[in-house]
Amino acid sequence: MLLRTAWRRAAAAVPVAPGPNSTAPTRGLRLRGTLRALLAATVPAGADLPPWRGDAPEYYTASLFLVDHATQSDVPSATATPPQAESELRPLYMDVQATTPLDPRVLDAMIPYLVNYYGNPHSRTHAYGWESEAAMEHARQQVASLIGADPREIIFTSGATESNNIAIKGVARFYRSRKKHLITTQTEHKCVLDSCRSLEAEGFQVTYLPVKKSGIIDLKELESAIQPDTSLVSVMTVNNEIGVKQPIAEIGRICSSRKVYFHTDAAQAVGKIPLDVNDMKIDLMSISGHKIYGPKGVGAIYIRRRPRVRVEALQSGGGQERGMRSGTVPTPLVVGLGAACEVAQQEMEYDHKRISKLAERLTQKIMKSLPDVVMNGDPEHHYPGCINLSFAYVEGESLLMALKDVALSSGSACTSASLEPSYVLRAIGTDEDLAHSSIRFGIGRFTTEEEVDYTVEKCIHHVKRLREMSPLWEMVQDGIDLKSIKWTQH
Amino acid sequence: SGPSRRGPIYFFPSKMAASSRAQVLDLYRAMLRESKHFSAYNYRTYAVRRIRDAFRENKNVKDPVEIQALVNKAKRDLGIIRRQVLIGQMYSTDKLIIENQEKPRT
Repeated sequence: MLLRTAWRRAAAAVPVAPGPNSTAPTRGLRLRGTLRALLAATVPAGADLPPWRGDAPEYYTASLFLVDHATQSDVPSATATPPQAESELRPLYMDVQATTPLDPRVLDAMIPYLVNYYGNPHSRTHAYGWESEAAMEHARQQVASLIGADPREIIFTSGATESNNIAIKGVARFYRSRKKHLITTQTEHKCVLDSCRSLEAEGFQVTYLPVKKSGIIDLKELESAIQPDTSLVSVMTVNNEIGVKQPIAEIGRICSSRKVYFHTDAAQAVGKIPLDVNDMKIDLMSISGHKIYGPKGVGAIYIRRRPRVRVEALQSGGGQERGMRSGTVPTPLVVGLGAACEVAQQEMEYDHKRISKLAERLTQKIMKSLPDVVMNGDPEHHYPGCINLSFAYVEGESLLMALKDVALSSGSACTSASLEPSYVLRAIGTDEDLAHSSIRFGIGRFTTEEEVDYTVEKCIHHVKRLREMSPLWEMVQDGIDLKSIKWTQH
Repeated sequence: SGPSRRGPIYFFPSKMAASSRAQVLDLYRAMLRESKHFSAYNYRTYAVRRIRDAFRENKNVKDPVEIQALVNKAKRDLGIIRRQVLIGQMYSTDKLIIENQEKPRT
């Protein structure tokens, strides 16, 4: 019953093709041909189909049973389509620093390993294992060639967080007997800072380098912070909140001259800016799958072999991945990661040019139409796809709520649950009130000019509206200096 | 309605052998036609834009070996587009907020 009514609804959307049964009434509509013909005829695709409901099997089986022997009246169905109201339309996605959609080429590479080639890559005795292992090694080669490494130096993990844990805790613990000091920055990702904090509890010392107002570290401070017992320096390549690019090549040079290992969290940088682990003298690098249009739940760590970097393994088990990370390697996910890296290598220049153009368009339009907007982070050493703007006299949360048609974030996803302003913005010296009014715009491979224009238009509209309502804005318009006000307590 | 004849002819040098030039034109048209069936706005716009830009970028390639390699890659990509269009349509969901306002099938 449900099958027929659901199918009739879908069928009604299809323009009836003239054929041998063209005189048959719509009610007795008989659709010949395959799923493909039907879907090819359904234009625009998806618009007239109800929202996909995975728990409603008739949407699958309907595609196979193409004959409708309709003689009974319609039974009111529990799965009736609600009218396509304004609120049903999905928001634009402008939060690529949080995660990225899968590139269709990546999904296409993964599907065979989810459907037919499901062997365990560590099974050495049968074809299922061999083909899975071959795919895993091919993916390793793809990841390695993106960063200029040897495939033997790539270890697959569950993501950049695990890679960061392995790099920091693994290196620190291995050299524990002679070296007790680590250096990192105040703007690192939470997983790096948290790993350092847990190492401090184990008896290590950690120096958290401050950053300048631009968000970039001071190289002189780094040099003076290195001690004879420093084992590791960890500085991220591109910051996920403000998009600032650290001078990785210079830091690598300093570290290699002082015989200190250099780790970089390149989750936001891999595949977007050219990276070479040998030119930049990087000893360890963390890679994340879902930031480069690959699947979630997979990442990699690059660990240099010449000169060898020794790392104490965090996860014990069957000795997979050279003993550094035991556990069955998830073939479909690593195949996806490899495909994402290969696509990123091919598309890097094209994407970078396009994203720079769109970023320029976004910032110019906003800055031109609104006064008192501050861009956080150095404008020159900056990855264009991550734009963090502070709108003075507007509360960030209320602006995000107002921009409900655009998926944006203020600060990083891992800290969005807390009420505190971002520690990254605090580290670059942003005023408390400006830190609360910051929004991060993310532009990626699939972002269109229309999306940017829509976002800009809505942003300008809502900032103006919120400022109209703000008493602080009124005072500023009257020429009152807010810093000079003595707020009384009641 | 298909793309106008003007565009593709401008892109390709007349010295190319007629058969491979027709092949490239067919591929270009087929890829654009398939890409317009992506149900996801972002995939659809990306595919159309990327195909146009890629064919435009490679229009002056003369070396027949290189042309053949590009044609083979394009054929593989056409297969990817076909499969992914189908999958996207099987799992389609609501449109984006700007799809109401923009002209259809940019």
